[in-house]
Amino acid sequence: MSKKTSLEMEVKDLDLWYDTKQALKKVNMPVYKNKITAIIGPSGCGKSTLLRCMNRMNDIIDKCRIEGEILFDDKNVYRKNYDVVELRKRVGMVFQKPNPFPKSIYENIAYAPRIHGIKKKKSLDGIVQQCLKDAFIWEEVHDRMESSAMGLSGGQQQRLCIARALSIEPDIILMDEPCSALDPIATAKIEDLMRVLVKDYTVVIVTHNMQQAARVSDYTAYMYLGELIEFGETEQIFENPQEELTEKYITGRFG
Amino acid sequence: MLLKRTVKEDVIKFFFFMLAAVSIFIVFFVIYFLFSESLPAFQEYGFSIFESEWSVPREVYKIGAALFGTAIVTIGAMIIAIPLGLLVGIFLSEIAPFHIRTILKPVIELLAGIPSIVYGFLGATLLVQYLQPSFDLLKGISLFAGSLVLGIMALPIIISISDDALKAVPRDLKEASLALGATKWETIKKITFPSAISGVSAAIIMGMGRAVGETMAVSLVVGNIMQIPVPPFDIFESGSTLTSIIALEMGEATGIQTYSLFACGVILFIIVGTMSVTSNLLKERVEKKYKGG
Repeated sequence: MSKKTSLEMEVKDLDLWYDTKQALKKVNMPVYKNKITAIIGPSGCGKSTLLRCMNRMNDIIDKCRIEGEILFDDKNVYRKNYDVVELRKRVGMVFQKPNPFPKSIYENIAYAPRIHGIKKKKSLDGIVQQCLKDAFIWEEVHDRMESSAMGLSGGQQQRLCIARALSIEPDIILMDEPCSALDPIATAKIEDLMRVLVKDYTVVIVTHNMQQAARVSDYTAYMYLGELIEFGETEQIFENPQEELTEKYITGRFG
Repeated sequence: MLLKRTVKEDVIKFFFFMLAAVSIFIVFFVIYFLFSESLPAFQEYGFSIFESEWSVPREVYKIGAALFGTAIVTIGAMIIAIPLGLLVGIFLSEIAPFHIRTILKPVIELLAGIPSIVYGFLGATLLVQYLQPSFDLLKGISLFAGSLVLGIMALPIIISISDDALKAVPRDLKEASLALGATKWETIKKITFPSAISGVSAAIIMGMGRAVGETMAVSLVVGNIMQIPVPPFDIFESGSTLTSIIALEMGEATGIQTYSLFACGVILFIIVGTMSVTSNLLKERVEKKYKGG
C-alpha cells in the first residue's frame, strides 16, 4: 500500500431516491487507481446501489432519481449528454449471481468486443483467449470453447463473467458481492484473481463478508442506512475504526 | 386409522386416474371418429382429393381449393401479424414506460378475448367496404380480406405471448449486456430476443393456429367459393377455407360430401397437430442448447 495512489473516480454529495425512499444520502467517496476498494455494511445500507451508480446501472430502474456527482476523468458521469455506453465500456461489472449469456463460452467473451466493432475472427480469438487466461479459467475451458456456458459450475461461471468484464478493457471493474453464491474454494479463487487483476485495473467490490473485505481490499468504506459512515485504508478501518458505528459493525455487534 | 388413510389415498388416486383416462379416451375417440368418417372420401378419390373441384350438381367433392384458401389466408395473416406482433411485443416488454405498459397489456389481452364472430362482423361490414373502392375491386369480399381479419385476430395472441416470453428473460442477462456497453437495442437484438426465442416461436405458432382454425370470422369475408383463383396468387378473388366450407356445408351435406368435409377436418387436425408438435420440439431443442453441457 506504499505505492503512490491517484484518484480514478470520485463520488461527490451523491443522493439517490427510489421513488420517495432515499437510498443514498450525501455520499462522498474516492476510488483509487489500481487499488481494491471494498464497500461493506448491513443489508439494505445502499452499498450495491452506490456501486451501480458508478456505471449508471440504476438508469434502467423506473422512478430512480439521482442528485450529486460522480467524477470520472474529471467529468461528471451524471451530467447531461454524458455517453453512458462509453462509460460502461470503461467501467465493467460483475454481478452477484453468475449471469453468463446462454451462449457458448467463446460467444460470452466475444460478445462485447463484437458489439464494439471488432469483426476479425483472429482478433476475437486473441481477445477471448487473453481474457480467459487473465481470469484464470482458460485451462479449464480451452478444450470446450463451443459448449454452453450454462454447463460450467457456479465458480467457473463467475470467473467467466469476470473474463467477460475484462473483454471491454475497462479501467474499473465493479463487483457486486461476486462470491455470495459460491462455495469457499471458488471464493478463494476469485479473491486471488482480484489481487492479480488490481495490478492492471481498479476494483470496487461490494461485500457483506467482512473477512473478505479485510483479506482482499486496500481501502474500505463502511455504509449504514444510506450514509457513508467511514472510509479509510482497510487496516485502519478494521484495527482502529474512528466511528462507533463502524466499530460495532466490524466487531459483529450488529449487522 | 392408518389403514383408513391409505384407503382414502387409494380411492382418490383411482378417482383422478379415471378422470384422466376419460379425458384421454374422449380425445382418442374424437380422433378415431374424425379419421373413420373421412376414410370413404380418401378411398373414393385417393390423392386426387387434393385437386380443386367441388361441385354439388356433379357430386364431386375434392378439397384442394379449401386447402389452398386456408394456406393463402394463413400465410397472408402471418405476413401481417408476425412482424407487427413481435415489434409490439418487444415494445411492450422492453421499451414501453411502466404506465403505458399497465394500460396497453390488459387492452391487448382483452382484444384476444373478443369472440371471433365480432371480428368477422367488423370485417364483413367495415373492412370489406373499404377494400372494394381502395383496391378498385368488384367486391371487397376476398382471400385478402380473410388474411387481414385473421392477421388482426392473431395479433393480440402473438403480442401477448411474445411479451410474456421476453419478460421472462432474466433481468440479469439484460443487465450483463448493458453493463458491457451494449445499447438497449443491441441488448434486445442479441440477448433478450434470442433468449426468448422458444417462447416467441410458441407465440407465432399459436397465432398461426388461431388463423388456421378460425371459422366464423373468415367465413364472413372470404366469399366461400370453392375455387383456386386464376392466377393463383390473385388474393383479391373469393375463395374458401377448410374451416369455412365445413361450417357452411355440413348442415345439408349427404354421402360423399360429408366424408369430404370430414377429410377437411382431418387435414386441419394434421396441420394444427404438426404445429404444436413443432413448437414443442423447438422449445426442447432451445432448452437443451441453453441448459447444461
